[in-house]
Amino acid sequence: MTSSSATSPDSLAKPGWWSRHQMALVPWLFLTPAMLMFMVYVIAPIFESIAISFYDWDGLGTPKFIGLGNYIELMGDPDFMVSLKNNVIWFFGFLLSIPMGLGLALLLNQQVFGIRLAKSLFFFPFVISQVVIGLVFSWFYDPTNGLLLHVMAALGMDPVAILSDDRLVTYGIVVAGLYPQTAYCMILYLTGLNNLRPDLIEAARLEGAKGWTMLFKIVLPQLRPATFIAVVVTIIGSLRSFDMISIMTQGGPYGQSRVLAYYMYEKALSEYGYRMGYGTAIATVLFLLMLVYIIFVLYRVYKQEQETD
Amino acid sequence: MRFKLVQRTLATAVLMACGLSAFAGDLVINTDASDPAPKAAFEALVKGFEKANPDVKVKVNTFDHEGYKTSIRNFLGAEAPDLATWYAGNRMAPFVNAGLFEDVSDLWAKEGLNDSFKSAAASMTINGKKWGLPYTYYQWGVYYRKDIFAKLKIAEPKSWDDLVKASATLKANSIVPFAIGTKATWTTGGWFDYLNMRVNGYEFHMDLTAGKVPYTDKRVQAVFDKWDDLVKPGYYLANHPSYQWQEALPAFVKGDAAMYLMGNFAVAPMKEAGLKEEQLGFMQFPEITKGVPKAEDAPTDTLHIPSKAKNKVDARRFLAYMAKPEVQSEMNATLGQLPVNKNAKMPQDTYLKAGFSMLSNAYALGQFYDRDAPAEMAKAGMDGFQEYMLKPQNRTAILERLETVRQRVYK
Repeated sequence: MTSSSATSPDSLAKPGWWSRHQMALVPWLFLTPAMLMFMVYVIAPIFESIAISFYDWDGLGTPKFIGLGNYIELMGDPDFMVSLKNNVIWFFGFLLSIPMGLGLALLLNQQVFGIRLAKSLFFFPFVISQVVIGLVFSWFYDPTNGLLLHVMAALGMDPVAILSDDRLVTYGIVVAGLYPQTAYCMILYLTGLNNLRPDLIEAARLEGAKGWTMLFKIVLPQLRPATFIAVVVTIIGSLRSFDMISIMTQGGPYGQSRVLAYYMYEKALSEYGYRMGYGTAIATVLFLLMLVYIIFVLYRVYKQEQETD
Repeated sequence: MRFKLVQRTLATAVLMACGLSAFAGDLVINTDASDPAPKAAFEALVKGFEKANPDVKVKVNTFDHEGYKTSIRNFLGAEAPDLATWYAGNRMAPFVNAGLFEDVSDLWAKEGLNDSFKSAAASMTINGKKWGLPYTYYQWGVYYRKDIFAKLKIAEPKSWDDLVKASATLKANSIVPFAIGTKATWTTGGWFDYLNMRVNGYEFHMDLTAGKVPYTDKRVQAVFDKWDDLVKPGYYLANHPSYQWQEALPAFVKGDAAMYLMGNFAVAPMKEAGLKEEQLGFMQFPEITKGVPKAEDAPTDTLHIPSKAKNKVDARRFLAYMAKPEVQSEMNATLGQLPVNKNAKMPQDTYLKAGFSMLSNAYALGQFYDRDAPAEMAKAGMDGFQEYMLKPQNRTAILERLETVRQRVYK
């Protein structure tokens, strides 16, 4: 009795430093490699490229500090304004993929023979590389022998060379971009539809809900998580649009289909570019635009987590 | 872009590997000769050099054509090879100004190249020094359908009026006078070069591409007045921004279009598509302003010694070997292009022969708009030309925009 009370308080009072802090430290230990990587490959380059944007630099010689010079030039650059405007078109155009994806998902969410095959076929566009889709769509729009030309001719309309028309070109590329994006939204909604609560549907049906009421009051609220992800992915997709433009028009005709990402590439890295400072200034603007959006998303996620707690 | 990045990383990796393995007596050459003909030409060149100089071992790194343009910026600064391919004119200026190319004026003087490479001397000179050695060039000009011209009784146009009249006749017979694809906008640069060199002459063209003349100058306006003669009546292939230059070829081959202002590299695909020599004619771009001596576009491909090269002695021996007339003849026979050394053997091919005599009598040689003008100016310029070809009414706004670019680029 006495012996145990003599030894144990001593060992209890002085546990090792490690065992005292183990719980707090271990998560950080596990996080360290990832955080290091994140610092080196994401955070540091962001600051580096913001720093470069204050210089006039061709990538070879000595950089010359010009303060806000690049940003002042951006303000008066008509090409930059066109790219910004096209980004807005992409933004709103791409959002169409969400209702379209939802529509397709509702259509395909049936218990019919062969529906699995139909679903996979509809998902196919998302599996194909963006580059291939861009190529196929530029053949589709081809003004000498494209499918669109023949369809319009059959309908008795004057054929339009979409990719040569400065007003239509961006819309033409957005449509090509919607093709895989819709498939992606569809698959998000299909998984969402699988998790609908049958009891709620049943109850609503007993109350006499059907059609649009059923969709808006019962089904859509339950699909909120899917909608959230679809919006996030679609908006990010619209802001980083690059491959399609590069394949279909190379920013043309005369730069009218450029978006910020493509303009940045052209200024900084393409054959006629190597204005690193100016390119990074464009990148910084694009980053700030994304930042506004990312903060909004993080805030939403944070609020949601608080609600569920 | 992702693709480019991968290429770049691969290229750097390859370079690191070969940089480490290089030792004295090794000569490392980086080329963008990835197409079959240039690749074969370089292989033969290297084999010949090794035979003549058994003590030197040559190692060639071949890059994909587009990827090379990015890679060269990395390897010249970091792991420099002993020789690297590039282009003449203003295109080499950034590397010369950054001190990345070696001055080889001594070689030019020692080997008598100032005489035998006279036609290319100007385009290899910056600040009074020579920075490399050309190995090939090719002519630009108007390729036309002889059979269509014969059928419509059109003679080969010798003057601007002839050309406009011929275009009118073709158009009246529902044949597009000029094939062109401007999806990659550089093709418009060829038209601007020729119109400017024929309206205002070579010196003015060089002053303009060197940034000494404003784009709002009335002599530049005069170029567009002439261009209006072709653009306004719609003498160019419709919807040209939808096509690459290759995609505009079918119209020419099928006989829907009758003329094509292009470099000689277009002949090979034209022949492959089935055009016979009796159908395909070549003519010099006709005179516009009377008395203006005719200058031509002849883009020149070159080889340079990077200033960080390890084996500059053997690199100079290689250049001297490549300058020899017989080596130039053999190499260009494989390339299907023109030797730069004037003592080299005349090519046998019909179009090369025509080009050779045209360039030999040329008043001066331009490199092409995107090689004579600095990259940023060239990009804005070619975009502007494309816009003009679609919307000639925007001319004033376009030229004003180009003028603001000029003031920034050449400050």
